[in-house]
This record gives sequence, C-alpha cells and structure tokens, in this order.
Amino acid sequence: MFTSLGRYILLLRLSFKRPEKFSVYWAEIMREMVSIGIGSLGIISIISLFIGAVAVIQVAFQLTSPLVPATIAGSISRDSTILEFSPTISALVLAGRVGSSIASQIGTMRVTEQIDALEIMGVNAPGYLISPKILAGITMVPMLNILSICLGLAGGYIACAASGDISPADYILGLRDGFLPITLQASLVKSFTFGFIITSVCAYQGFYTSGGALEVGQSATQGVVWSCIMILFADLIISRVML
Amino acid sequence: MIEIKDIFKTFGDNEVLKGISAKFLPGKNNLIIGGSGSGKTTLLKCIVGLHEPTKGQVFFNEQNFTEMSFEERVPIRTEIGMLFQNSALFDSMTVEENIMFPLNLFTNQSKSEKLDRANFCLERVNLKGKNKLFPAELSGGMKKRVGIARAISMQPKYLFVDEPNSGLDPKTSILIDELIAELTKEYEITTVIVTHDMNSVMGIGDHIIFLHQGQKWWEGSNKEIAHTDNQELNDFVFASKFMEAAKEKL
Repeated sequence: MFTSLGRYILLLRLSFKRPEKFSVYWAEIMREMVSIGIGSLGIISIISLFIGAVAVIQVAFQLTSPLVPATIAGSISRDSTILEFSPTISALVLAGRVGSSIASQIGTMRVTEQIDALEIMGVNAPGYLISPKILAGITMVPMLNILSICLGLAGGYIACAASGDISPADYILGLRDGFLPITLQASLVKSFTFGFIITSVCAYQGFYTSGGALEVGQSATQGVVWSCIMILFADLIISRVML
Repeated sequence: MIEIKDIFKTFGDNEVLKGISAKFLPGKNNLIIGGSGSGKTTLLKCIVGLHEPTKGQVFFNEQNFTEMSFEERVPIRTEIGMLFQNSALFDSMTVEENIMFPLNLFTNQSKSEKLDRANFCLERVNLKGKNKLFPAELSGGMKKRVGIARAISMQPKYLFVDEPNSGLDPKTSILIDELIAELTKEYEITTVIVTHDMNSVMGIGDHIIFLHQGQKWWEGSNKEIAHTDNQELNDFVFASKFMEAAKEKL
C-alpha cells in the first residue's frame, strides 16, 4: 500500500512538470473539460432532479407532528442537497462515468504502446496525459455540483407541486430560511477535492496497467472502487473540518 | 553512431540480457535477430530508454544516454523515430494529427508548414490523401506506413523498428522492408530493426546481430550469414525446408 502511495505521489509530481508546449496542453485541457463537463451533463441532471424530488417527499413523510412547521422540509432538503446529495452522489456517479473512462483510456494507451510512443518522442507522458484531466476535473466537477444543487432544489419544487404533501410556497420559504453560506463553501470544497480524486486515482490506475484487455478492465474497476472509497473518506474529513 | 556496452537487463529473477556489446553502423540497416524470448525487443527498449538497463551503457554519438535525466535526453529523443510492433498510433487522432503531433510539440513551424510536412511524409509512404482517416479505419499495412510517416516527420537521425513484418502478408512485409531500406539510404538514417523475418534478414540486413539466450551469438552481414558455421544461427535462419533449399543456391 505504501509503495502504491509513493508511486501515486511521484506520478502526480511528474504530471505537473513544465509542459513542452503550453498551447498543445491547453487544447487537451479544453478537450477534457468538454468530455468531463458537457459529457456528464445528462446523467447529473437526471440524478439531481430525482434525488431532489425524493428528498422532499421523504422529509415530508417524516414530518408527522403538527408542531413542526411545513417549511422545515425545504430547509432540510436544501442542506442535504447542498452538503451531501449533490457533491457526493454526483461524485460517485462521476467516478463511474468519468473515472472508468480515464482509467481504461490511459490503460489502453499503455498496453498498445502509445505511452511508449509518447516517451520516445521526448514527451512527458504523465504531464501530457494526466495533468489536463486533473485540471479539467477540478474545474468541471464543482461546476457540475452547482448545476446539480440547482436541479436538485428544482426537483424538490416539482415534487411539492405534484404531490401536494407540502405546498410549493412553504418549500420556497423553507429554502430561504436560515441559509448558511458555509454549507455552499463546504460543498464546493468537497466537489473540488472529489474532482481531483476521481481524475488522479483513475489516471494512476490506468498509467500502471500492464498486460492486455483483461488488465485494462481490471484497472478501470480498481480506479472506480478506489475513487469511491477515497471520495467517502474525503467527505468525512471535509465535513468534520468545515462544519 | 550508436554503441551499446555490456548491457544487462534483469526482470525479477529472470536475466533477459547478459552483457551485450555492439556498434550499429551509421546510415545502414542494422538488424537484431533471434528466436522468441531471446531478448531482442528488451534490447531495443534498453537502447531507446524505455527500459533502464540493469548494468551497461548506451551511447548516441559518444554521449552516454543511460546516465542522462529525462530532460537531458529530450534533444536526443527528438532525433529518434520509432515504429512499434502494433504501430502505436494515437487512436483519438487522425492520420494527419498523428504525424503532426511531434511537430506541434517540438517545433515552431506554422500550421501550413506542419501540414506540408505531414503531406510530404504521407506521400513518401504512399498514403497520399489518407489524412483524415482514423487509425481504426486503416489496415495493418497502412498503420505501419503511418507509423513510419510519424517516425520520419521530425527528420530523425536514428530509426528504431520493432517487428515491422508482424501480422502482415508476405507482399506487404516486403513493401514495408523496402520502404524502410529506401528511407535509411535516402536520409542516411541509422536504422535498428528487430525482426525474425528471414526475408528482411536476406533483403535488407546490412549488419546483423544474432541474439541467443540473452547473449550476442553472432555478428555479420546478410552475405556472410549463409556461410556461417555457427550452429545456433544456422538452426534459426535455416529452420524451414524452404530456407534450407535456398541456402544451397547461395
């Protein structure tokens, strides 16, 4: 385990060496941003709408006491969405969608000697392949998180309007009531960290693939599994430190 | 001039290369031949720096390549072109982008200059007009030729070729061999080819190194190979009845 950690840190160090030509790297960063950001819009939108809706319905179901105001459902689902559902659930989904793609892409390049071809040319392969992905990850995952929060809250509104458990007016009132900016800050710190974890851990798994198609698949699986574990661990640490 | 001195390479307990020394002739086709598992590809990878030798040195024009850092190796690497066994073309790029890739990173040429160079290289390997195809749309022989075009795009001094004929039909194999030989002569490149294809050995082998069990067993030219009394080399080269019959006519 310590060997893997050491190799991971060394790989990250190599990834952020001075690029051979910034314009080529910039084009790669843009391409990765489109792949991670635009490519994940659909799945993140669908998941966020449904989770937001389910959160409100479940909170409303548990509010049986007449002493508790109905607006509390909006407040609870807002904080749950901002702090946990949007950053963490989105990150776990992205680990599957983006992480497996990164690990299998880099792993395939390794087993088909494309990484060797880069090194022969004198290209810093970790820098060219990994740093654009990490930069795109730490930029796009927080943006997807913000979108996810908005859609999650919208999903809650739609659920209120459709089910009638809580009136939309009470829901909106609850959303506005007692909002603490630190929750949004914690959410953004989480998504930034998760973006880094997904891209770097999966890139590491892909970069050190050896063998053939079977091992590429194993690297992708390992990348997703380790990303998920690291995301949950980082979630705990950030929540403890920031809240 | 490329020179290797006393190269050893070990993977775990497995000693693949056992003290190989050789000089590769400048401007000629230098072939490394040997049976499967004899250490040919490992030796090639040690020479180009993809594997670090356990012991020994590699010299490019008397510069000790083995002791250089990654950054120090870059100027030499830009003088190296390599064709991999499976071509190793970048899947996400078109043929043209593959060829222009090293030019984008290591030259300050304008886009039109790079495009002209890519077109020239494609024309040189008889693939004119295939610029916009992706590697997945190419046949095995075409992939090899694009690999060669990419390898020569930076006008290299040294060309390394790993199993150029693997997976190709005999006719295409000969075409690829001829193309490599032509380019070697035309641009005075020092070419190092790893192969176990006897057509290549007899056709383009200016200088041949025979590896056996991780050691250099024999060295000479394709003219000398037919008359050697080295038993292992004879067993390897004239293994088939066809080659045995051909030997009698040589």
